[in-house]
Amino acid sequence: MARIRFKNVMHAYPPPKGQKPVYALKEINQVWEDESAYALLGPSGCGKTTLLNIISGLLTPSEGEIYFDGQDVTHLPTSERQIAQVFQFPVVYDTMTVFDNLAFPLRNRGMDEAVVKQRVDQIAEMLDLTSSLKKRASGLTADGKQKISLGRGLVRSDVNAILFDEPLTVIDPHLKWQLRSKLKELHQQIGVTMIYVTHDQVEALTFADKVVVMYDGTVVQVGTPIELFNQPKHTFVGYFIGSPGMNILPCTIDQGQPVFHGNLLSTSYPVSSDLSGKLEVGIRPEFVAFADDGIPVAIDKVEDLGRYQVVTVRHESELIKIVVKEDQPIPSENPKIQFNRKHTEIYCDDWVVEGDGHE
Amino acid sequence: MAIELRNATFRVGAETHIYETSLTLEPGGFNILLGTTLSGKTTLMRLMAGLEKPTTGEIRANGKNVTGVPVQQRSVAMVYQAFINYPSFTVYDNIASPLKVAGLNKIEIDEQVHRFADLLQLTPMLGRLPKELSGGQQQRTALARALVKGADLLLLDEPLANLDYKLREELRDELPKLFADTGATVVYATTEPLEALMLGGHTATLKEGRVVQFGKTSSIYRKPATLESAEVFSDPPINTASIQKQGDKAYLGEFVSWQIPDKLANLPDGNYKIALRPHHLLPEGKGVKVDGVVQLAEISGSESIIRINVDGNIWVSQTHGIHSFEFGEKACFVFSSNHCMYFGGDDRLIDI
Repeated sequence: MARIRFKNVMHAYPPPKGQKPVYALKEINQVWEDESAYALLGPSGCGKTTLLNIISGLLTPSEGEIYFDGQDVTHLPTSERQIAQVFQFPVVYDTMTVFDNLAFPLRNRGMDEAVVKQRVDQIAEMLDLTSSLKKRASGLTADGKQKISLGRGLVRSDVNAILFDEPLTVIDPHLKWQLRSKLKELHQQIGVTMIYVTHDQVEALTFADKVVVMYDGTVVQVGTPIELFNQPKHTFVGYFIGSPGMNILPCTIDQGQPVFHGNLLSTSYPVSSDLSGKLEVGIRPEFVAFADDGIPVAIDKVEDLGRYQVVTVRHESELIKIVVKEDQPIPSENPKIQFNRKHTEIYCDDWVVEGDGHE
Repeated sequence: MAIELRNATFRVGAETHIYETSLTLEPGGFNILLGTTLSGKTTLMRLMAGLEKPTTGEIRANGKNVTGVPVQQRSVAMVYQAFINYPSFTVYDNIASPLKVAGLNKIEIDEQVHRFADLLQLTPMLGRLPKELSGGQQQRTALARALVKGADLLLLDEPLANLDYKLREELRDELPKLFADTGATVVYATTEPLEALMLGGHTATLKEGRVVQFGKTSSIYRKPATLESAEVFSDPPINTASIQKQGDKAYLGEFVSWQIPDKLANLPDGNYKIALRPHHLLPEGKGVKVDGVVQLAEISGSESIIRINVDGNIWVSQTHGIHSFEFGEKACFVFSSNHCMYFGGDDRLIDI
């Protein structure tokens, strides 16, 4: 087990002839604490798989260094890094039994057969595979095979970290719940550093202690699920975390308070009036409410999502989404809305503006 | 186009893929097939398209028996989970291909391609090859090609499953309007209950080759006809338990009981079942109290998902705000008896 540190890591793939290199990873400085569960969250193409491959040693970064517990491993091959990896699609030996599949990484390292049996039995029990241990892997469903892949990633106790690259993509939603619960339980039991790549916010937020949000080759925020929800540092985090995402609306600043289309809003902190750049106000749909007094709007759409409703309203040319409880009526005449000031944030060129005394 | 399955079954050898099914889809309607993998969604679509012939029963289009009429002679377009485009064609030529096959002239083709490229926000990418597009753009191209045919029946088999969740969110928002504009009858397969709710229209819940229920999407969610239908239409899984009814009281295990609605109180005493949606089981508040042992607590953005063992049943509480629990902790949860759905011995909903 190890603490993993990225120091000024950058990576560019070789460009086509005559073109400048494009950086898939811009400067990354990041520490992955020992025994923590991280999720690496971002849209396709944000650089998360590149980052994962740099940890495992499948890629050497164009610039910067990687340390495992202080040791520089930047140029160390994958085989010497003691990393277990689980991929999106199951990788199993079809002709082997489930037991032999799970035992493979241990036998490969010449472990004593008694130890092998003990570890395999333990992992099989955690993953509910005990009754299939003697079966051939080829007879299993896709879900069963992916469980073996997970088991093979988890079976070694001597790894520095376990990396998961979207491991539940091929799994049915009903089973995803179970496997995600299992993974979290396993992490609590074995306490090894886990890094889990996904583009699914629910998966990221339910699995991880800390979520690393990536966008366009950089880490835009690292935080607990609650921090990402309550205080997005970048408009991308506001948009990407939460469904529907944060409302991001154009604004100006007047006497330390934001003004949206002539409507004076308030924040829990004063904002400097001499900000320059693109100014926006961000408010999550959960923190906008219908009120007797406030910004007049027209109702554009009401969606019944079962346990809540999503109402889209319009003010001038701007659309605003509001989350409303399942049994709450929607006002039909002259609807007006209010923003919860505690959750109203100001963004300048996409980065949050920290006011004086802002928590 | 109105499409009807009349007592249709589909068997491969000794295996039954679709049990006897009768289903009528209104012309121009938006219909969802909701069920897990292998519940029969794809097979039902293939039967509707004419890619498979039912073993028994009929497929009817606009009242006419079309059983056995091959797919080429029907007005059908299909979009799959995997984005299928011609890799060597530009986006323009991909969208244009069905029109060229249909023998339209250049001006007509150009007009149609631009119309659908515009609708699907592909206009700036018309000159690119599929490999130069993001996953979302590739799937939009496949969608545009299906739409441009102007088919009367549009079949979509989990078309958003391979996309980023944010892109899915955007397309879910746009698709119903887009389909309504084409006037086609749409059938859309998904494994996700929330997706069904977002898309609206009508839903058929499917389980193991049977249509469990068909009706307006929000009605099926609120009043599932059977316990099975309620289970198919719930993620996280719906909480269920057996209860004992005695007079006007329901007993869950030895220690938990509550007053039941009048209509139910008039039914004979005995065993019944209840189902309770996870967001109606809360870690605090007023109502019926149940004790459980916490199996797992997950925090997702603004909400917590807590799994508890209640008297041998694994229940899930999905609640707003952050609630931290330790594994194995004993905790008390509450629900309002108004939110209980009751099912009889035959697992059918007792409408109260």
